[in-house]
Order: sequence, then structure tokens, then C-alpha cells
Amino acid sequence: MVKIRIKNLSKEFTVYTRGGVKIQGYNNVDFEVKKGEFLSLYGHSGIGKSSLLKAIYRTYTTTSGDIIFTKEDGTTVNIAKCDEKDIIELRKTEIGYVSQFLKVLPRISALEIVAAPLIEKGESEKVAKIKAKELLDFFGIKEELFNVSPLTFSGGEQQRVNIAKELIAPKPFLLLDEPTASLDYANTMKVIKQLQKLKENNVTMIGIFHDQDDLKTISDKIYDFALKKYVEV
Amino acid sequence: MRYAFLDENSKKEIRRAILKAIAIPGYQVPFASREMPIARGWGTGGLQITLSIINEGDCIKVIDQGCDGSLNAVNIRNFVVSVTGNKTTTDTKKATIIQSRHRIPEEQLEEGQCLVLQVPYPEVLVNVEADSYKQKLMHANKDYARLWVLLYEDTARFGDSRISNRYPVIVNNRYAMDPTPIPRYDIPKLNNNKALILFGAGREKKIYAIPPYTEVEPLKFEDKEFKIETFDDKKCARCGTKGVFMDEVYNDDGSVTYYCNDTSYCDKKLKGEL
Amino acid sequence: MILEVKNLTKVYGEFCDKCLESTGPEFESSVCPYCSSVVAVNNINIRVNKGEVVGIVGESGSGKSTLLQLIYQDQKADQGVVYIDGFKDDLGNYKNILEADPNELSYLRTKLMSMIYQNPRLGLNYQFSAGGNIAEKIIMSGIRNYAEIRKRVLYFLEKTEIPKERVDDYPDRFSGGQQQRIQISKALASNPKLLLLDEPTTGLDLSVQAKILDLIKKLQKEMGFAMIIVSHDLGVIKHLTNICIVMKNGQIVEKGLTDQILEDPQHPYTQLLVSSAL
Repeated sequence: MVKIRIKNLSKEFTVYTRGGVKIQGYNNVDFEVKKGEFLSLYGHSGIGKSSLLKAIYRTYTTTSGDIIFTKEDGTTVNIAKCDEKDIIELRKTEIGYVSQFLKVLPRISALEIVAAPLIEKGESEKVAKIKAKELLDFFGIKEELFNVSPLTFSGGEQQRVNIAKELIAPKPFLLLDEPTASLDYANTMKVIKQLQKLKENNVTMIGIFHDQDDLKTISDKIYDFALKKYVEV
Repeated sequence: MRYAFLDENSKKEIRRAILKAIAIPGYQVPFASREMPIARGWGTGGLQITLSIINEGDCIKVIDQGCDGSLNAVNIRNFVVSVTGNKTTTDTKKATIIQSRHRIPEEQLEEGQCLVLQVPYPEVLVNVEADSYKQKLMHANKDYARLWVLLYEDTARFGDSRISNRYPVIVNNRYAMDPTPIPRYDIPKLNNNKALILFGAGREKKIYAIPPYTEVEPLKFEDKEFKIETFDDKKCARCGTKGVFMDEVYNDDGSVTYYCNDTSYCDKKLKGEL
Repeated sequence: MILEVKNLTKVYGEFCDKCLESTGPEFESSVCPYCSSVVAVNNINIRVNKGEVVGIVGESGSGKSTLLQLIYQDQKADQGVVYIDGFKDDLGNYKNILEADPNELSYLRTKLMSMIYQNPRLGLNYQFSAGGNIAEKIIMSGIRNYAEIRKRVLYFLEKTEIPKERVDDYPDRFSGGQQQRIQISKALASNPKLLLLDEPTTGLDLSVQAKILDLIKKLQKEMGFAMIIVSHDLGVIKHLTNICIVMKNGQIVEKGLTDQILEDPQHPYTQLLVSSAL
């Protein structure tokens, strides 16, 4: 079953604060991802990979084209054109997003950040915190840091918290924007292992990795932004 | 001399106000309060009602804080007699019209009797909202939240409302009303009374009414009791009765004596008629 | 649907037939060139669904506060219809809340929506204690049992982290931030479906602001009411809302998901606003 179909998607930024200058985001991107597949986006920096992921999450708008998304119940919705309330629903239960950097909220502890998605799903605070601790531990965050805000963590530690919060209650469709960019080899492998587990559970994913090896380990398909087509893994 | 001092047009206007008041129990009907031969603040409202409804067959009783013999009661009674020639009485049961200041008689009133109360401040909301326009809106919208909050505040601080006389009541489940400075002891008498009760405020120019057999409840929380003054352990030094509303008199030597506040009731008790 | 606003308009002045079409962001003016009326709110359409937290952002004079006041009816609208979930006629059709009679308005403002003002003096009665203010809302929702009222008063005070011992203190004895929290308790005490907030933390110390915003966020998650927050501070909007509306000269120039408005603003004015953040 096709989970997501990107049809002729283009994005152009108009910057009015600089006199209305137009900046090309990406042009005529076209691909699809089947349920349970891992598609990697490949291309040089600035080509529009991140922007595309954001467009799928609707953080960015789309200038032209369609993003046909199939929900778990089989119905489809065009993310490029639908109403905000549909996106809010999708973000709650259908689509997850792992950004490149953690958006730090200064007053919330690492444990609270990671436990939050489970609590939102209805899990009790006690159980959610236990699971969150396990995951933070798995990613090598020291116990004394659990109850502290990630404000003082290293970039790598922050990113691990960022990934943990998305993986603790994974949605059926995940967008991963260079999730391992700030991680060392050992932690990157841990993340890849987790992603592989998700794949086994039929989670569909679109990811951006700058490391070729990471790409090859996890991807089923690769979409080349410059060539505008799939390439061999 | 005109019968009952007021000209017929004045009586007409006041009677119309009274009828409107009866039609809307507890609602303050404005009326054009006339110049009277007693000063404002001394019962001109009650007097205007009495003079508007009195006819040749009526028998008048006038009391002031329960007493037929107090200076004000005597003056008003004498004045009414001088402009009408009507019979008067101190016997609560024999009167057809009873004009009273700040008390309801101890003996139960019957159908056909009319109690006229003198009103100093007709507006029950005056302590919680000073603006008269807003007061009117509150009455119109049955919005008595502020009275309830005042009750809440007093209950939270002192366990009960601080209001002793002029305790706010709800008439016919609709309007909040100031019952005049009668003691809490008299409030239960307002409920389902067989007589017609009229209220006249001459200075403030308002008339309101409680028709016979109307539901009148003091403002209180469901789970709290409405406490009234009790005199079960107080004995009237004159007639020996216990438990009725008493006057507390301090003698020159510092001792305290109690007397029935309702003098005509005390008289009857003394004569063995009750 | 929790709230639906259609063609809501407020004009101060004559209100000629050219007012609405001659003012707005493209004219950079809210003043009608023909009759000098001020078009504060120009034909606004908004829909708020369950669970949405809507932020309305714009500069002074954009009409955002007036919009809120028109919905809550602190001011009378000149045109427009507003529907709210829970206010229907006998046939089951939505009734225009702008035409509600005073009794209905009282019901609307107690059971269905509550407003929190920037200045607690507008939302609180300083002649009553903190507890008394909250009790007022509870009493207006129909409760006449003292023990029940007291229990709920203490419950809502606790929820906004005001010490219970201070329940009988008067509002002027509290700090500005605490007065704001009492206002929040009062607004929530009748369990409204929709909460309107007009610059709830503007003017408060930063630390107090953060605490209050966190509190509002927490309460919204717990109690599930919809919210419309008016603010000129994008940080507040970012912290609390998932949908953002940008207003200028009485009109909506852009509407979208909050993260989209902040990261990919489309309208020139929105881009200007976003680029002006410190």
C-alpha cells in the first residue's frame, strides 16, 4: 500500500523583507513510499531535502503539487492543500518528525520531554517516566541528567533526547531530518538499530543522512534530488 | 376636608402602583411620593399606602417596633383618625389595616387583613452594587450572584451572614427583596402569609408587595440553616411569657429585664386571652 | 466546531457603505477616507475546532483585542454572526450569540466561555476576596451548596498554585502575577468550553510570565478547553498555540499552523513581524 505520494512538488520562497526576491526551494519532486519502506533523500546541502520534509510535516507551505498521504485507516488526505485542523490530527497520531536539533524548552527536564508523548497517549505518568528512563539510559544519558533541562547538554546529548522523544511512542510514519548528524559512531549505531526495529514493525520512514554508510544500511530506496529519480542503494 | 387627606388622583396613582406591585411580587414599583405632614424618614411611604387603601369600614392599628404606645405610632394613628374618623384598635386580630415600623405582630394574621410596612431602604442590592442602572439590570436578569457572594464571604469568615435585620429574601422564586429592618425572627412569617403585605418607601418613592400565600424564602445555602433569634430562656417580666421576641432593658443598677416587644400580645397574655 | 465567527465587523463612527472596502492592510489604514470612521474589525471569519489553541497576533491597532471583546460582548458588533458549541435553539440550529438576551448572555459567559483580561482589575471584583471571586463564577453556574462551593474554590486556587490559606484575602493584597492567577482560577471555575485571553501576561515580570504561560498550557491539556489568545508577543504564541492568525488593520492577513507561520511566513506583513523578533 502506498503510504505517501509526492506529486510534482515545488517550493519557492518569496522574501518580501528583501524586496520580494524569489528563492528556489525545490522543483518538481516526484516519488512515492510504500508502507514499511525506508526512503532516503540524497543530494548536496541546500538542494531542498530538509525543506521537503518540512513541507510534508506542513511546517513549510507548498507552492505547487500534491502530497497524498494515506492514513492508517486507508483514507487519503492531501497535505499540501488540506485544512489546518486535519494537519493537527495527523501530527497527533499519524506523522512524527525528528528534527536535526532539539528545540530546548528551558523549564522542562529531559525526562519530562521524553515521557510527554506517552502521557499524551493516555499512559500514566508513572509508567511513562519508567519507559522514558529506560530509553534515555539506552541512549547513554546519565541518570543524574534525567531531571535537568537539556539546556546544558552537549549537542549530541540534546539530539539523543530529541530522538528518544520521538521513538518512545513512534507514529506509523516518521520524518527524520539528519537525526544522527551530531552523534558519534556508537550512538549513531544505536539509533540505526532502533530504526531497524521500527521497520520491522512496519513503520514507514523518509530520512536524510549525510553519511553514506548510514544511508545504505537502513534505506530500501534512495531518491536523488539532483537527478530527480531513484538510485541504487 | 377630603377623606384620608390625599386627593383622589393621588390615591388613584398610588393604588395603581400597589396593584402593579401585587401583580409582580417583590418588584419595586416607583411612585410619585407626595408631600406629607410628617417628614421624610418617619413613615411617609407606609402612611401614603394606608391613606390610599383605607375606607370608612376599616379598623386601624399602628405600631412602632412592636409598640402601639410609642410616640411615632401614636402620632401616626392620631393623624389617620383626624383625617378619616375611622375606628382604631390595639388588638392585632381586630385590625383590618396594620401599619408597622420594623416588626411583624406575634399573633398570626388572617385573610382579609393588610399589613403595611414602613421602608427606609427599598433596594436590597444597595450594599453590593451602588449604580442604580446596574441594580435594575440585575433585577431584570435575576442576577443576584453578588448577594450570594456576600453570603459566601460572611459564611467563610464568620460561619453565617452578618446581616441581622433587613435580611434579603427571594419572593415567589423571582425577585430578591429587602423585607425592611424586621428582625430575622420575623422573616419566616413572610412565607405563605394569609394577609396582604404592602411595603411603602416614601423618601425613596417605591412601593412593593407580597400577595397572600406567596413563597418567601430567606437567601441561604442549601446546606446551611437560617438562624433566627431565640428567647426560649428569656421571660417577660410583665406577663411571664417565654420565647417570643423580647426587648432587652438595662436597669439603672445594671441588671437586665426582658419585656415582650409586641405590646398588644403582652396585654392579651396578661389578661389571659392567649 | 467550538466557535464560528462570520463577517464580524466593528466600525467606530458613521460607517458608510465604502468603509469596509476602503480600509485594510493593502491600504495600510483602518480609517475610511470618505467618512473618517475607524474600521477596527473588518469582516472577520474564524473557525475554532475542538482542542485547537488559536493565537491572534498583530500590532497595536490591528483589531485583535476588539475582536475578542466583540465575541465576549464587552463591545457590540456592527455586523456579523457568532456561533458557539452548546448554544442552539429548540430545533437544534445554532443561535447567533450576538443576539443573545441578557439571561442568555449570562449563561454564555458562565458555562460556555470565559475571558481573561490583561489587567486583572477588569476581570476581578476587588470588593470580594479571592475566594469570593471564584465563588461568584461557581454560584452563577447554579451551585447553592456552601460546602460544595468552598471545596471548588479551594480546588481551583490549588490548580493555579495560590496558597490555600490566602483564600479569604482580598485581591489587592496579592502580587500582579498572583492576581492574574486568581483571574485564571475564576475564569476556569465554571468549566467553560472556550477560554479567551487578551494579552494575559503582558506587563508581568518575565519569570512570572513564564510560570503563568506554563500554567495555562498545563490547564489546557488537563481540562481540554479551546483557547483564543491575543498577543503581540510571538514567543507567547509559539509557546501556547497550534494555530496562528495574523491581523493587520482589522483584517486577517494570514492564517496557519503556528510553526508554519513562524518558519515559513507567506504574507509580507507576517514576514516583517517574524523578522522583528529579538
